[in-house]
Amino acid sequence: MPRPPHETTLERVNHVAMRVLTALVLAYLVLPILVILPLSFTSGELLVYPLPAWSLRWYREFATTALWTQATWNSIVLAVVTTLVATTAGTLAALGLQGLRSRFKPVLYGLLGLPLIIPPVMVAVALFYYYARLGLVGSFWGLVLAHTVLALPFVVITIAATLQGFDANLPRAAAGLGASPLQAFRRVTLPIILPGVVSGAVFAFVTSFDELLVILFVGSPEQRTLPRQLWSGVSETMTPTVAAAAVVLITVSLVLMAVVEWLRRRGERLRTGATPS
Amino acid sequence: MLALVAPSIFFVALFFVAPLGLFLFRSVDNSEVPGWLPRTVAALSDWNGAGLPHEAAFRALGEDLAALSGSTALPLLGRRLNHNIPGFRSLITATGSRVDPRRDGSMREQLLQIDARWGEPVYWQTIRRERHVLTWFYLLTALDLRYGTAGGLERAPGESAIFLDLLGRTLGISAVVTLLCVLLGFPVAATMAASSPARANALLILVLVPFWTSLLVRSTAWVILLQNQGVVNQALVGLGLIGKPVPLIFNRLGLYIAMVHVLLPFMVLPLYSVLKGIRPELMRAAASLGAPPWTAFLRVYVPQALPGLVAGASLVFVLALGYYITPALVGGPGDQMIGYFIAYFTNTAVNWGMASALGTILLLVVSLIYVALGRIVGLDRLVVR
Repeated sequence: MPRPPHETTLERVNHVAMRVLTALVLAYLVLPILVILPLSFTSGELLVYPLPAWSLRWYREFATTALWTQATWNSIVLAVVTTLVATTAGTLAALGLQGLRSRFKPVLYGLLGLPLIIPPVMVAVALFYYYARLGLVGSFWGLVLAHTVLALPFVVITIAATLQGFDANLPRAAAGLGASPLQAFRRVTLPIILPGVVSGAVFAFVTSFDELLVILFVGSPEQRTLPRQLWSGVSETMTPTVAAAAVVLITVSLVLMAVVEWLRRRGERLRTGATPS
Repeated sequence: MLALVAPSIFFVALFFVAPLGLFLFRSVDNSEVPGWLPRTVAALSDWNGAGLPHEAAFRALGEDLAALSGSTALPLLGRRLNHNIPGFRSLITATGSRVDPRRDGSMREQLLQIDARWGEPVYWQTIRRERHVLTWFYLLTALDLRYGTAGGLERAPGESAIFLDLLGRTLGISAVVTLLCVLLGFPVAATMAASSPARANALLILVLVPFWTSLLVRSTAWVILLQNQGVVNQALVGLGLIGKPVPLIFNRLGLYIAMVHVLLPFMVLPLYSVLKGIRPELMRAAASLGAPPWTAFLRVYVPQALPGLVAGASLVFVLALGYYITPALVGGPGDQMIGYFIAYFTNTAVNWGMASALGTILLLVVSLIYVALGRIVGLDRLVVR
């Protein structure tokens, strides 16, 4: 930003100080990720610099140890099923809430948003208490539904945001031209809200993929997911495999969230009328 | 339209509201004692609590415990009453396995023979006090209070009065973390708001990258970085700032470093969205009207930034209150917060009443803040993006 010529020395000092402070804080924010990335490629046994040599040793360890591969597989299965359930239910809910003319609408939104504001450790303990009574501790579907509830707010909020610019006359026009409600949804509504649905699905996937506390409390010992394995790795034996696993988790989250961000910017561009590139 | 919302509402009701409601109810639920000791409870209801109860109460207790003998209810009842008085468990299980109601003679004699503790009024008074289906015992304990022998409330004795400390520590850590987030987050958000859109976007990415990375992974990274032989100590020694590695982990300092890192984006993002809307002309107008920079900053900029500051700070504070993973990994034994003890009473102590009472208090504090916040800035401002 160009500085005004009448700026006093004090203002200039203040301005420089702000920038330096900002740079330091931003460095602090990205530092752990930047530092842990090279560490995971060490050939040595310790997580320290300088690296003895670069090596894929710990990634090989990660990809060949049964504990880690099983955990990765469990995480993927759980996250995929959660994504399917949460995205389906969440899309329907967002569409329903959009068309709903009721004074209970804020209550329904509040109810769906509840999992965002309750401390996660309480949710996990409460689910454990509940599932112990129902015999659902260690059940796959018990985990799926718990993760679904945690993911729903993200799905509903994301799709509701896409629906804000949605013209409700479009499906009506389709119906007027003889389309069945299902056809109108599939051929008219869905293509328009699809970016929102995809973003919501990514949020659901990441929520389940990164979730630790519910698994820790209501999962059986066999239901070991990547976060759970990471958790026991950090609390017990800190090997560079833990760093490699952390980098894998970081990569998955960042790639998926980059997709969401790209979809969001694209949507913004389309809505503001700029020509899509 | 309602039918479309139904599946989601159904999931949330069944797998969120119901578990939470039942769990919170556990903090006052006392159905075990009257359920397993029906005769005793009936016999004790007309006893005034002074001295020892009459023979009928001894007889009732003997029959109740004999009925539970051999079932899983006996040790569970023992565990339940053990929460009130340590040692009650062995008293219950030993008496239950040895008492014989068919034997002639005084039940009082028989129970006293099995265990002399039945001659101490405090055990009878405890059963009498816990005779209702609801109890305040856990919530009172969570506030370091207990029923005195005279009947009124009194402070719990030193070694068991740990919960107000815990609450204070939880609030204190959260307050410090919030303050640090405000101090570190404000310059970042202000710089972003004053930058060109392209640069602001680039800076935003730097805030979003940690925000998108899971909390567990970031806490793990800090464990690796802050170890005695870790990168941060290496760097500080290498720069000559310290002679030998200093303990940076498993203490309060490490906890602050990691928690501020995890929570800072929750401060920066809402604050940035508010600061973005402040028109720079207003600051210039203040300057041209003769306001010195500081006055203009405090009287023109800060009041407009306040909704963002309040929203971000409250969000950080509320999230910090419920933290469990980061303190468990990075903090020491003296840095654990209320969430740790909820997990402890669930996993290790198997005391659902206490876990629930602590949860109730945590939720109460969190709700109060949200209600206050809703009044001040409106909840819709809290939704990040």
